[in-house]
Amino acid sequence: MILVWLMVILFAGGVGAWLSEKSNPQLPRFIALAALVLDLFLVLLMLFAPGVLGLDGSNPIDLGQPGEWLVLYSADWIPRFGISLIFGADGLGLLLIALTVFLGLMSLGSAWHEIQKRTGFFYFNLLWTLAGVIGVFTALDLFLFFFFWEVMLIPMYFIIAIWGHENKEYAAMKFFIFTQVSGMLMLLAILLLVFFHYQETANVTFSYFDLLGTTIPEQFAFWVMLGFFLAFATKLPSVPMHNWLPDAHSQAPTPGSVILAGILLKTGAYGLIRFTIPLFPAASADFAPTAMLLGVISILYTAKVAFGQNDLKRLIAYTSVSHMGFVLLGVYAWTAQAVQGAVMTMLAHGFSAAALFMLAGGLQHRIHTRDMRQMGGLWGVAPKMGFMAVFFTVAAVGMPGLGNFIGEFLVLLGSFRISMAAAAAAAVGMVVAAVYSLIVIQKVFHGENKNNLMVQDLTHVEMFCFALMMLGLLWMGMYPQSMLSMSEPTLRSLGVLYFQ
Amino acid sequence: MYSNLIIDLMQIIMLTVGSVVVMVTAAFKRDHAIVCGLTVFSLVAALLTFVFVKPVLPFEATQLLIMDEYSLFFSNMIIVGGIAVALLAYPYFQSHNIQNEEFYILLMTATLGAVVLACSNHFVSMLLGMEMLGVSLYAMIAYPVHASTIAKYPLEAGIKYLILSALTSGITLFGIALVYAYIGTLDFDQIPAALADAEVLGPVFIIGVMMIVAGAAFKLSLVPFHIWTPDVYEGAPVPVTTYLATVSKVGMLAVTMRLLLASNALEFHAVTAVLTAMAAASMIIGNLLAVMQTNIKRLFAYSSIAHLGYLLVVVIAAAGIADALSVESMSFYILAYFLMSIAGFAVISAISNSEKELDTLADFRGLFWRNSWLSAVLITVLLSLAGIPLTAGFIGKFYIFTTGVEGELWFLLSMLIVGSAIGLYYYLRLIYIMLQPADNLTNDPAAAGLPVGVHVVMAAMTLAIIYLGVYPTPMINTLQELAGLF
Repeated sequence: MILVWLMVILFAGGVGAWLSEKSNPQLPRFIALAALVLDLFLVLLMLFAPGVLGLDGSNPIDLGQPGEWLVLYSADWIPRFGISLIFGADGLGLLLIALTVFLGLMSLGSAWHEIQKRTGFFYFNLLWTLAGVIGVFTALDLFLFFFFWEVMLIPMYFIIAIWGHENKEYAAMKFFIFTQVSGMLMLLAILLLVFFHYQETANVTFSYFDLLGTTIPEQFAFWVMLGFFLAFATKLPSVPMHNWLPDAHSQAPTPGSVILAGILLKTGAYGLIRFTIPLFPAASADFAPTAMLLGVISILYTAKVAFGQNDLKRLIAYTSVSHMGFVLLGVYAWTAQAVQGAVMTMLAHGFSAAALFMLAGGLQHRIHTRDMRQMGGLWGVAPKMGFMAVFFTVAAVGMPGLGNFIGEFLVLLGSFRISMAAAAAAAVGMVVAAVYSLIVIQKVFHGENKNNLMVQDLTHVEMFCFALMMLGLLWMGMYPQSMLSMSEPTLRSLGVLYFQ
Repeated sequence: MYSNLIIDLMQIIMLTVGSVVVMVTAAFKRDHAIVCGLTVFSLVAALLTFVFVKPVLPFEATQLLIMDEYSLFFSNMIIVGGIAVALLAYPYFQSHNIQNEEFYILLMTATLGAVVLACSNHFVSMLLGMEMLGVSLYAMIAYPVHASTIAKYPLEAGIKYLILSALTSGITLFGIALVYAYIGTLDFDQIPAALADAEVLGPVFIIGVMMIVAGAAFKLSLVPFHIWTPDVYEGAPVPVTTYLATVSKVGMLAVTMRLLLASNALEFHAVTAVLTAMAAASMIIGNLLAVMQTNIKRLFAYSSIAHLGYLLVVVIAAAGIADALSVESMSFYILAYFLMSIAGFAVISAISNSEKELDTLADFRGLFWRNSWLSAVLITVLLSLAGIPLTAGFIGKFYIFTTGVEGELWFLLSMLIVGSAIGLYYYLRLIYIMLQPADNLTNDPAAAGLPVGVHVVMAAMTLAIIYLGVYPTPMINTLQELAGLF
């Protein structure tokens, strides 16, 4: 039930924020803050003191389902089609929920000063997106999963379309159509899966647990798997479905970019780990070389494209695709280390990309351009900002001691056993990453301040957010075992490969 | 037995009595409010009789009409549509000074015709219903023609509809004659037996069925019989467009489905092939042409063509799967479509009157900030039309996908995905237009007060859309029950 509460708080908070705008335009952000802090409190309780909530983390509740589910809730929804409300969180789910709520707070921090118009509706959309994402991370009924998959889409569309920048109509439309069309393919695939399960057992159900292990006729298996893969690879995104992302990122307001890069992309990776591979192990194994190739292409190609950008946000957006290539590679290698690495990359990239987008957004808010050719020498006027930029860029590049390093290193280590060539090519990507990242620092913060830009340095709210994210990345880098041991049981139950 | 017969036909009797009462009242006392109120009252009374009708179902009332849960479901929908249109028509016509009372008589007779269609199990009653509905609609479309200032070109639209509709009625009639010549019965239920007795399956029967299908396709505005739709939708007054888009389609679809299923016509490969081609063409062409529209009524016209194409997918699926699932999906989708269309047109009608219709897309610019209630309704409708969760349209699309997968209609499903993808574009564009900053309109019609009736229609339809999207189980149970008859 606690998982349902997490969502209910956000949904209700969103409505409250919208309604409260009438009385005072400053009120919505406090309501949003309250809802998120409350959620964070619940998540921390789940993580550190499950006993208080009646769940015992050390002694997981056994509901006769595979995997160790810390929290599980289920009720009937549409019995006609065997659709039920099943929410569950295991170690992986909890990590991602924690990431969601935390980055939700960060994006609230970046919205705090930036969003001044129509605040009520903005925070409504923000909270509803987050609620939709939590739904995606917890839904264990495929219909319910699809439902939340779409629910998180619409508020995000509104965020881009209303508070976006100059080319927002195009970007919002592209974002929506890419996600929605690939989502429809997934819906078709879900229905096919259910249909084959029905033919096998004469039982209509959408429950994840029941559908695991369905045998699909050979000529269909590939296509059904592909339906899922396309939806998740579009969201991730992977080349060649990555096209929507640079537009959506560069046009979205800062809080939108933070959520998009930090959280929404992770739903794609989560879908691959939780659904695509476990539901279709054989078809996925056949498809794995192609997917790994796509991962490597994403890493290298988008790194090169990133290098050619002048638009700061587009550049960061392309680097996101590049980092997500590591995730795709790791997931399809499907060895314990590689998938662990993918999970770590998801978490660490969530922090580093969110921080970089906050910096880029903060810069745009101050100097009204994202064009790096207009910038230069900003270190002199905004040293705190410069320091943060260096820290998070270095983190994104994969500096040992920070979270991203652990993730990418594990991915390479794990996939090396599966495909030496892929791992070797991906490793080149880490080198290229250093090049394009340092270029950013050089162009923006070093050199001569040609336009005599006077930039106000980071505010207290921003400093606070950045400091928290720094601590998070350090923790991930120094003590990754705390997270690895949480996701380990999940991955074991999903059937990743172990090598002795 | 006779008491059962009377109870069964109660809705039809009530509607007939209602039309007469409205007519007599209008003859003695020309008062818009009274006549409109009386119309709504008699429609509501007719609607409420379903409580009494239900226990004696199913019942064959004469050879012509069959009353069962299926016909009851559709006739209830039709009457609700009639009530909504009456409520929308009042403020619309109130603003200009011609005599409006006859409109409500036409509304009553058209509704009666549609209800007859929903209950029809016989070619004679089908034709009767079609004509009663059609003839009333000719006059309704052209109704404001004598007004001093008129918003659109009702006469053009009326004539267009009259000529094309009369032509297709003729074709349908010819088709019925051919079918009768071949098998010697007009009763839907007796067609399969008569077909089995016939020695050879002549082309005559197929041609006859095709002609009837063409007649139905005209009323449902399926490609290639869709040409009239955008012009008539645009030219007609908004309340009448609402009626055309909803009641007329619901009635026609009910009888077509019954005919196709009862006569086993879908067993003929030729029929399914033609229907498949029409469905695919409707989905693609309807959606493609909708993209280019700048007038919201025309946009809705093309989008309705596309949606009827989606609906045809489940009808075709009945060829390969249990009829019950097909009927269930069809009923749910048409219900969702019905609610969305009424709510959508209600918004257009709320910002229009008979002297000035605000129906270009530009008129909706910034509506979200000018009048968030109206635009919230329209956004819900558009998202539902696009098939986004939390709305009835999503469950409807889910039904279509489920039925299509079960019927293994891969081609039509891929067309459905392509069509919906195109559809997303123009629905989103309209939403985007509403989200843009508001211009400083000098006289903002959206800000003017609206009568309670319009608000009631919008609120009821929107709530129903969301309710069906969030918790469809009760409705699904009802539909399963009525689909069990097939």
